[in-house]
Amino acid sequence: MKPFMPIAALCLLALASTSQAADPNLGRNLAATCANCHGTNGNAVKGSGMDSLAGMEKTKTLQKLADFKSGDKPASIMHQIAKGYTDAQLDLIATYFAAQK
Amino acid sequence: MMLMKRRDFLKVGAAAGAMASLYGCAGGGKASGHVVVVGGGYGGATVAKYLRMWSEGGVQVTLIERNPTFISCPISNLVIGGTKTMEDITVSYDGLKNKWGVRVVQDDVMAVDSVKKTISLKAGGSMSYDRLVLSPGVDFMFDQIPGLNTADAQSKILHAWKAGPQTVALRKQLESMKNGGTYAIAIPKAPYRCPPGPYERACLVANYFKEHKPKSKVVILDANEDVMSKKGLFTKAWSDLYKGIIEYRNNSEVKDVEVGTNTAVLEFDKFKADVLNVIPPHRAGDIAAKSGIKLINNRWVDINWLSMESTSTPGIHVIGDAIFPAPTMPKSGHMANQHGKLAAAAILNMLSGQEPSPEPVVMNTCYSFVDAKNVIHVSSIHQYDAATKTVQPVKGAGGVSAARNELEGKVAMGWAKNIWADMLA
Repeated sequence: MKPFMPIAALCLLALASTSQAADPNLGRNLAATCANCHGTNGNAVKGSGMDSLAGMEKTKTLQKLADFKSGDKPASIMHQIAKGYTDAQLDLIATYFAAQK
Repeated sequence: MMLMKRRDFLKVGAAAGAMASLYGCAGGGKASGHVVVVGGGYGGATVAKYLRMWSEGGVQVTLIERNPTFISCPISNLVIGGTKTMEDITVSYDGLKNKWGVRVVQDDVMAVDSVKKTISLKAGGSMSYDRLVLSPGVDFMFDQIPGLNTADAQSKILHAWKAGPQTVALRKQLESMKNGGTYAIAIPKAPYRCPPGPYERACLVANYFKEHKPKSKVVILDANEDVMSKKGLFTKAWSDLYKGIIEYRNNSEVKDVEVGTNTAVLEFDKFKADVLNVIPPHRAGDIAAKSGIKLINNRWVDINWLSMESTSTPGIHVIGDAIFPAPTMPKSGHMANQHGKLAAAAILNMLSGQEPSPEPVVMNTCYSFVDAKNVIHVSSIHQYDAATKTVQPVKGAGGVSAARNELEGKVAMGWAKNIWADMLA
């Protein structure tokens, strides 16, 4: 069984990269799953108490998400949500928000 | 009528031009055509806005909605509990019309011809579409509760499970109930809209009684074997906050009602209340069956999870509470909004001759108030799985609040403001 795992992981990686190439809007679509709370394209409603993500530096967003995932950054809900996305997906999401105004 | 429509379309065209320049920097935008969206709730409003936004105005969108304004089901239990007003949960369609150039038509769809790709409207006339999105929510199976199967009965024994006049009417019944009276809420067998909603409502009615009518009781008649959502957190709230007020009865399906005496008829028993609130079993909104698309168990629409397109009828996409849910997926406003985005992305790909994205993701967040300030949540993330051709919950992700807390009470209202804006502003 042991040698099988890395191969499966490689296959998944290959799949992920080809489908990303196939759909240039994947980052946009993934980021849209955050908009219910963080606003359309990451522009949260002013005064709503939610963090705006639009224009946030990519490395900063990724660090926050990694800290939520690891539990280093305490949260009411984001520690549960960050775990639902792969690192490749979080990268696409952070890239998309960094490019928004 | 025709002239009016043409003029509206000209207006839409002008808005589209303005938007194309506003969003001219983004990629894509090759899709064109006319998408008709039926139903302007959490799903329909979202798909309408996102089709316009992501196509940079290239796709014409008509939204057909029978109500003049959007009224939110989430947060409506606070109106029933007396701490929010209808105004707090009502949002205009003006943002969709004026900012996004969606043609909003207040009407009812009577029939769908999926071969000719037309719909016919109650006010008369028909409309053609390139792609149709049905976001019809649920309709109630009143025939399952024979005594409720008349308009008169339905005006006395309320569901208040669609926010609007019934929300106001149920609040009035509670206000006129005597101190020492009993409010009973009947929950249908799952799946139903908003799994934690009935338990939240029981809490908020009990919260109102505790402050204003302390001798009164809340009885939950649940057709299910157990509490369907956030069980530990709800039962803790009942014992900590509402001991002696809330009583929970499982396996208590309401089979019929006696309207004159506010009596719920159970399988072996009867229960008489002062205010009886019966949520009947639901199925996909009636237009789904009328359009001839395939329903599972004669109730829910079978869809392709890559596109939200009906598995039986090409060209018709169905989103929100009307669909046969993926494993562990709740029927919720948040989820309907996510379906709307999945459908918008897929439709734009299909209208420009491409395949839908092969790896859609949707997620859910749901906040429930257990009193006016304290809230508990449940969250989940669902990723497409090619092997099972559905979206599957991600193991180890999602979950519930550690305990009820006031911070999430504030977050819940922040959620509402942002999702309403995400759909309508």
